[in-house]
Amino acid sequence: MSRRDEILGRIREGLRLRVHEPKRAATSSDGVRTGLTTREWLPAVPNDPEGIVETFARNCVELRTQYYRVTGLPELSGKLFELKDSEGWKLIASHRDPILDSILPSLGLPFLLAEDRPATADVERADVGITRCDALIAQTGSILLTARSAGGRALSVLPPHHVAIARESQLLPDLPAAFELLNKTYGDAYPSLITLITGPSRTGDIERILVLGAHGPRTLTIILLRDPR
Amino acid sequence: MSSIFESQFRASATKLTADLRHRSLIRKALKGYEKSRDEKKARFQDWEAARQAAAETKWEAINHLDKYLSEFADNLARRGTKVFWASTAEEARNYILNLAREKQAKTIIKSKTMTSEEIHLNEVLAKAGYEVVESDLGEFIVQLRDEAPYHLVFPAMHLTRNEISHLFHEKLGSPETDNPEELTMTVRRDMRIRYCKADIGISGANFAVAETGMIAITENEGNARLTTSLPKIHVALLGIEKVLPKLSDLALFLPMLATVGTGQQLTCYNSMIGGPRQPGETDGPEEFHVILLDNRRTHLLADAEQRDALHCIRCGACLNVCPIFRNVGGQTYGTTYQGPIGSVITPHLRGLRDWKHLSFASSLCGACTEACPVKIDLHHHLLQNRRNAVVLGTGKLDRIAFRGFAFLVNHPGVFGVAVKAGRLVQRLHRLIASSKIDPLRAWTASREAPVIAKESFRQYWKSRHK
Amino acid sequence: MTISLFIPCFIDQLFPSVGISVVRILEKLGHKVDFDESLVCCGQPAFNTGCWNEARDVAIRVVDGLKNAEVVVIPSGSCGAMIRVFYPEIFKGHPKQEAALSLAHKIYEFSEFLVDRLGVVDLGSRFPAKVTFHNGCHGLRELRLKQQPRQLLRQVKELTLVEMDDQTSCCGFGGTFAVKFPMISTAMGEAKCASALETGADFLVSNDSSCLMHLQGLLSRKKEKLKSIHLAEILASF
Ligand code: SF4
Repeated sequence: MSRRDEILGRIREGLRLRVHEPKRAATSSDGVRTGLTTREWLPAVPNDPEGIVETFARNCVELRTQYYRVTGLPELSGKLFELKDSEGWKLIASHRDPILDSILPSLGLPFLLAEDRPATADVERADVGITRCDALIAQTGSILLTARSAGGRALSVLPPHHVAIARESQLLPDLPAAFELLNKTYGDAYPSLITLITGPSRTGDIERILVLGAHGPRTLTIILLRDPR
Repeated sequence: MSSIFESQFRASATKLTADLRHRSLIRKALKGYEKSRDEKKARFQDWEAARQAAAETKWEAINHLDKYLSEFADNLARRGTKVFWASTAEEARNYILNLAREKQAKTIIKSKTMTSEEIHLNEVLAKAGYEVVESDLGEFIVQLRDEAPYHLVFPAMHLTRNEISHLFHEKLGSPETDNPEELTMTVRRDMRIRYCKADIGISGANFAVAETGMIAITENEGNARLTTSLPKIHVALLGIEKVLPKLSDLALFLPMLATVGTGQQLTCYNSMIGGPRQPGETDGPEEFHVILLDNRRTHLLADAEQRDALHCIRCGACLNVCPIFRNVGGQTYGTTYQGPIGSVITPHLRGLRDWKHLSFASSLCGACTEACPVKIDLHHHLLQNRRNAVVLGTGKLDRIAFRGFAFLVNHPGVFGVAVKAGRLVQRLHRLIASSKIDPLRAWTASREAPVIAKESFRQYWKSRHK
Repeated sequence: MTISLFIPCFIDQLFPSVGISVVRILEKLGHKVDFDESLVCCGQPAFNTGCWNEARDVAIRVVDGLKNAEVVVIPSGSCGAMIRVFYPEIFKGHPKQEAALSLAHKIYEFSEFLVDRLGVVDLGSRFPAKVTFHNGCHGLRELRLKQQPRQLLRQVKELTLVEMDDQTSCCGFGGTFAVKFPMISTAMGEAKCASALETGADFLVSNDSSCLMHLQGLLSRKKEKLKSIHLAEILASF
């Protein structure tokens, strides 16, 4: 008998004894609840578009995420230029993507592209990782990204500064919507990594005092891109 | 007769409960947590409904564990993950040892996993000559001190910044500082080098999603993301109880875990990993191994009365509210899992005879049960463990005493005599109260004994109904 | 209505004035009080120590003795919880299961009875003092009694109620726990006393005498002026 069968056998044996419902936890008639009903219990999010943007912005402040809203590509590259100057970037790590392709060269800095498989040590030396993402989530101020949408696993966590760029249409109200989107986008061919990023890396392991930039980026910037009318 | 573990528990509890510095340190550390936890909880539209739903979801998963676990394993295997089923701690350790040998690994980096504490992985790997480094700041600190984590979620919460500064100065040669940020940066710099050269990354998992075959890891520092991204091989070690039926269940569990675990809406990074690097992806490990550990969890599963203890998501909320934990400290337990949940499950995982004392070391206040996001009936399980211990034949003295007591109260005539005798004894007792020879010293060492009233309620009742 | 009173052994012997106060209050409200002297203990000490059989031996007498009672009132959240929550547990599959369940349905902790069953909060009491209130954990979490005692206290003339820090945390008594693990019990009690003392109250009130016995023991040893008192004793000051 394989180990798998052995363990599954013990499980079945254990469950056979008596499957009784925990005293105060009755299962609902429709079995396991889905993300849809979860929405009714999680923190409320306004349902008008401006309200959603405001909720997102408020969460960013609370999380110490830098948040900017720009209109059109020229304004986006202007913002990146500003960041580059104020922080003195010398090396950028990024990935292929229509928006990024049209903007990165204008910054006039050397950049590594994930598609070229740069060495880990090189990505580590970059001053910033600039990526796209799958969605933003207003309810929690989070970025949803995957190994496919954001140039792999390391770009968004290895450099000391992560800049995520999202179109305004990518801003979702809440977590259940994010999981619906994942299902719709990837079906059953999910990327090997999906991650929800909520604020810059932090720790409270020393006397429960908040310190940013424990192992991941100390600075997290989210730029929300509006289409010009 | 008390076990060696009980003697150790008592000795350590005696020390820590008298340590006023410890008492105020923990109280202070938890004050901030309490405030943000309550504030985040209040943001939920319906926290109690969320708890109920979470309990139901875990109930579904655990009571159909065979089905969901198979689904989880098959989905992972389908996308190139090697799944290993380990019945015992030893099987899990050996798998990792063999893997390290086969890949000629030298350095192993770990992100926080209580399951690896459970199987004493670090000791075994270190003995075999591998360099093993904990990357979570708190875990790294306790690893440098060569001690067990203090708390499921906050491993180093018992230490002050000065103690940590001394430690780093001594072990890493960094300058002394009382600035937590500088201390954190010391570790960040040190760890960066290790990430880049590590051959294997070992992580745990907070959840195992059956529907899509993914593990989910919750963290704040980014160390788990680095551990699972940079080394060529990623090994995830998890207990079989981690399963959730659907990916969308995380929409509920992730914010609940963060709310009661650390007082956040969501922790910084919640990563779902479903395989090694997939075709078309630019980086990520070449190999992904998932070890599913039983290690007597099926023993707990077979106890229908306490099966819900497998719902535990290791959020630590029950520890934070537990007055026992707060006074004796996490390391006093001598277990991998501290606090109320540890007291409940350790007898199942490691034997009731040796670990029953943890179930007796409780005032049964029920704060844990009230705090638990998945509604585990924790303090009632402590009562059941006490009953099981008595059935097992331990605590014979208690039983004899209570048999006598039952006899007394069921024989009012004898009871009346006993009460009169009690009066006399109390008068005599005053002469020796709280002295070393006082048989009631367990009470009187710190407390005055109550005084038997001149007229009992029964006497009052009799006299007015004459 | 006729109310059957259950006076647990330690109230009988150590705090009889609590029982007497309850009688006075219920009679003032125009009810007839009935008391069966032969019932002295609900069996909780044995139950909490894991001796469920011995606890049941004691409990059978209680279940039988109160079979015909209309309602039962008990001035202790802890014993109330034993009967309401744990009797059904220890009588599972026992011939007396039905009787135990029916008792569980008609037992009330004292403050719960006044507020939830009788709908009374103002007893016309007067107690000129500053007090702070400690919830016994069993009353609080097994019986969900948090507001009832406070509602009653708020109506007492010339009484000021001040809440203490960590108001719902356990005092550390816990029955046999207090002597099996005295060091932990004492540390918990000290923290509770410190919170109570911080309020500057004259009295520490509770609806559970067992908590008060423990806390008073600590306070007396430290020669603190803060005095413990049962809720019923305050309410009977009319
Ligand atoms: S028992 Fe409940 S509260 Fe305690 S760690 Fe587990 S999930 Fe959290």
